Amino acid sequence: MKRYQNLLMISVVIALLALPLWMLKKTAPGTDGKEIQVFSGADDKAKALVGVISPDYKPWFKPLMEPPSGEISSLLFALQASIGAGFIGYWYGCSSTRAKLKQSLQKETRC
Amino acid sequence: MHIMEGFLPVTHAIGWSVASAPFVAYGLYTINKRIREKPEQRILLGVAAAFTFVLSALKLPSVSGSSSHPTGTGLGAMLFGPSAMAPIGLVVLLFQALLLAHGGLTTLGANIFSMAIVGPFAATTIFRLAKAAKLPFGFSIFLAASLADILTYITTSAQLAFAFPDRLGGFAASFAKFAAIFAITQIPLAIIEGLMTVVVMNALARLNAPQLQDLNVTPTLEAKA
Repeated sequence: MKRYQNLLMISVVIALLALPLWMLKKTAPGTDGKEIQVFSGADDKAKALVGVISPDYKPWFKPLMEPPSGEISSLLFALQASIGAGFIGYWYGCSSTRAKLKQSLQKETRC
Repeated sequence: MHIMEGFLPVTHAIGWSVASAPFVAYGLYTINKRIREKPEQRILLGVAAAFTFVLSALKLPSVSGSSSHPTGTGLGAMLFGPSAMAPIGLVVLLFQALLLAHGGLTTLGANIFSMAIVGPFAATTIFRLAKAAKLPFGFSIFLAASLADILTYITTSAQLAFAFPDRLGGFAASFAKFAAIFAITQIPLAIIEGLMTVVVMNALARLNAPQLQDLNVTPTLEAKA
């Protein structure tokens, strides 16, 4: 039952991620020749909106270090995710093995 | 929910940092105390931190045509209480601010406040209310995690609107504009975060049952006692 529920939830997650990718197609470049961005970051959109609301606002501090390219930035994001996922995998492996060993130990003592 | 480097006026940047600092300090104190008293909970704390690491690194596409990331702070807040998440949020946000130019040092306080303070407090409160209302366990987790995610982004919208009120409509008009960017993108992502949190919590409840009962997350089964 639990397993079935988990599988169902994971499939909903995948569907929610795949649907927008499938539904929204990249539109043709506008009249100014600029390509229209799809799936740009909401954080960057908010940054752009600051410029619209307060055109005179000048950011007073620059990031100390910027990833030299989009590839490097996705490398670092992937690194962050893999550190987290690695730890979760370690915990899951340890815990499920411990549960299994406990079970088999109980069976042995029962005999 | 990351406000970019330099995109808050100096007074706001200082104000939010001052507001967040005591939460981080108290959080460090509670984490230290907990690990000293119950070292067996260390691995769960690691799972909670790792979950935030993973989810906040994934920028996911949303139906609104933009992409954003979940926060992953709900899980840890429900396990260890809201204050434990402030230092964990600080680590994640500092990593992204220093190495990725995503968020920033001057906006660190404001970003901690939305992601690692408001979100976790919302998660804990909603989870307790749902438990008191006797909602099913999984559904309570889902509600708490997804609403915490949304509230994090609403906080960011309010912070930005507070710093950059609309010339005509003031705070409210500006808030509506920022919330329109964040909230609509975030609704499907909040559902994803809620579901992922339930999946991990199910695994925790199965594999670490005694610790979860110790943390008062799952009810102590009298039949077992």
